Amino acid sequence: MIQVRFHGRGGQGVVTAAELLSVAAFLDGRHAQAFPSFGSERTGAPVMAFCRIGDAPIRTREPVVHPDVLVIQDPTLLHVPGVFAGFEDGTVLLNSSRADVQVPHGHLVTLPASEIAREHLGRPMPGAPMLAAFAAVTGAVSLDAVAAAFRERFHGPVGEGNVAAAQAAFARIEELTRA
Amino acid sequence: MLRQIEGSRAVAETVALCRPEVIGAYPISPQTHIVEGLSALVKTGALAPCEYINVESEFAAMSVCIGASAAGARTYTATASQGILYMSEAIYNASGLGLPIVMTVANRALGSPINIWNDHSDAMSQRDSGWVQLYVESNQEALDVHIQAFALAERLSLPVMVCMDGFILTHAFERVDVPAQEQVDAFLPPFAPRQVLDPDAPLSIGAMVGPEAFTEVRYLMHAKQMQALDAIPEIAGEFEAAFGRASGGLVRGYRTEDAETVIVALGSVLGTIEDVVDELRESGERVGALAIRCFRPWPMDEVRAALGAAERVIVLEKAFAVGIGGIVGQNVRLALDGLGVRVHDVIAGLGGRAITAASLHAMLEDGLAGRLGSLTFLDMDWELVARELDRPSGPHAENMLRDLRERVS
Repeated sequence: MIQVRFHGRGGQGVVTAAELLSVAAFLDGRHAQAFPSFGSERTGAPVMAFCRIGDAPIRTREPVVHPDVLVIQDPTLLHVPGVFAGFEDGTVLLNSSRADVQVPHGHLVTLPASEIAREHLGRPMPGAPMLAAFAAVTGAVSLDAVAAAFRERFHGPVGEGNVAAAQAAFARIEELTRA
Repeated sequence: MLRQIEGSRAVAETVALCRPEVIGAYPISPQTHIVEGLSALVKTGALAPCEYINVESEFAAMSVCIGASAAGARTYTATASQGILYMSEAIYNASGLGLPIVMTVANRALGSPINIWNDHSDAMSQRDSGWVQLYVESNQEALDVHIQAFALAERLSLPVMVCMDGFILTHAFERVDVPAQEQVDAFLPPFAPRQVLDPDAPLSIGAMVGPEAFTEVRYLMHAKQMQALDAIPEIAGEFEAAFGRASGGLVRGYRTEDAETVIVALGSVLGTIEDVVDELRESGERVGALAIRCFRPWPMDEVRAALGAAERVIVLEKAFAVGIGGIVGQNVRLALDGLGVRVHDVIAGLGGRAITAASLHAMLEDGLAGRLGSLTFLDMDWELVARELDRPSGPHAENMLRDLRERVS
């Protein structure tokens, strides 16, 4: 089982990203569970959401305490206490266009997700590119499933814009990995 | 069809498959997505014929449901937390009148202090209201039990609450098998009301009853609830035959056969408990779990049979009775009367505090070592409590939040 914790700010689609990761995993034939951290969400306030992906039914209901992957949708959260809580080793996927970022531990992958989204979707919503990066880095879900999950949730140009952003992000990570 | 959707969405669609004719509801977190979903299904005509009545309060919601049900309509509502308190007078009327209303309770804490997160205080506050109370462990079970709830309510003419953990289930995306309309239609016959208000055949319901018959009329509620102890497993069996999966029923044991220690719980925390049970089993501990799926009526015999051979029983509950302790624990003790089984109440998960596997392991370590008292509050911050107990003045909630902030900085 792979456990993912999403961090972002209210309005960035953090909960939606976790939900759609679970949908993508489901479309790939896997078991998945996603849920938010249940606050009174306000625009701009730190928000958390969780996703577990496995090959058997998932029974636990506790929040993701020891994430294998941290998805950080807003770079300003890097220094907020608690973001790295319980994270011992694994991958940090960070939405950032900067190259000089460091994390306390784990393998850091950065992606300018907001910029990619702005280019393809017209709005800086990092969810689709971040999930595409997750697919490219972990292989736990396929890019096709991520695209299908966004098309299922967002119809028309918004869905297609998200898919285009996801494809661009996936290609970028693949390129980085090859380099 | 297998789908990966939000629990609330799944419940809304399943309730719609049960063809309610009147829905009277007032939105309150974490129930909101359920009634919003149903409202949309009525508006688009996907659920028809059905009248969705957007009322001005929970008291009105249940009052509308009472009127609709008495007029012979299959009736549904949902609420949570303060909403259930606000409708409480009408909740008692619905059960006293024997009206088969089905209500989802998206379990949430009761204030004060105000808190929007999950625990079972809301449903537990109505445990003696005369409504059947069914608790579900997963979103699949939530779907299945809603279908069974309509069958049960209408078979016995009594109201049923389906209690599902707010946020933990209502807002969780997970795999569910949403049945087809034909399957639900075949399982759930059209509502044949026991009593109908009909202008063409006038009668009154809700008479004032004096000492000459009050005991007897009230006793009927008890008699019907006791009939539910037979009807619930019967309907669960019919459901399994029709839909091919087991869900609902009175209780469900998990690895209890030879268990010396059994953890009793209600609702979604059973999943985390089962993981912990498996881990302890691997290290040789004879531990099991018992899910109470029906809390009212209380399945006395089934609980006694499931727990009677254990040495100790740990009742993990998400609510407590101020001034005494565990609520479910009291009922478990009654079921185990005379058997010499030690019962420990562990209050956990109040107001949304996460119940983690780590906390359960630590608590069970104490339990297995005989160090657990009769009443334990899981993960209690005793320092915070002690400081406030010593403080002569000021509001508790504000004082304690300030103490916490000071501790962090």
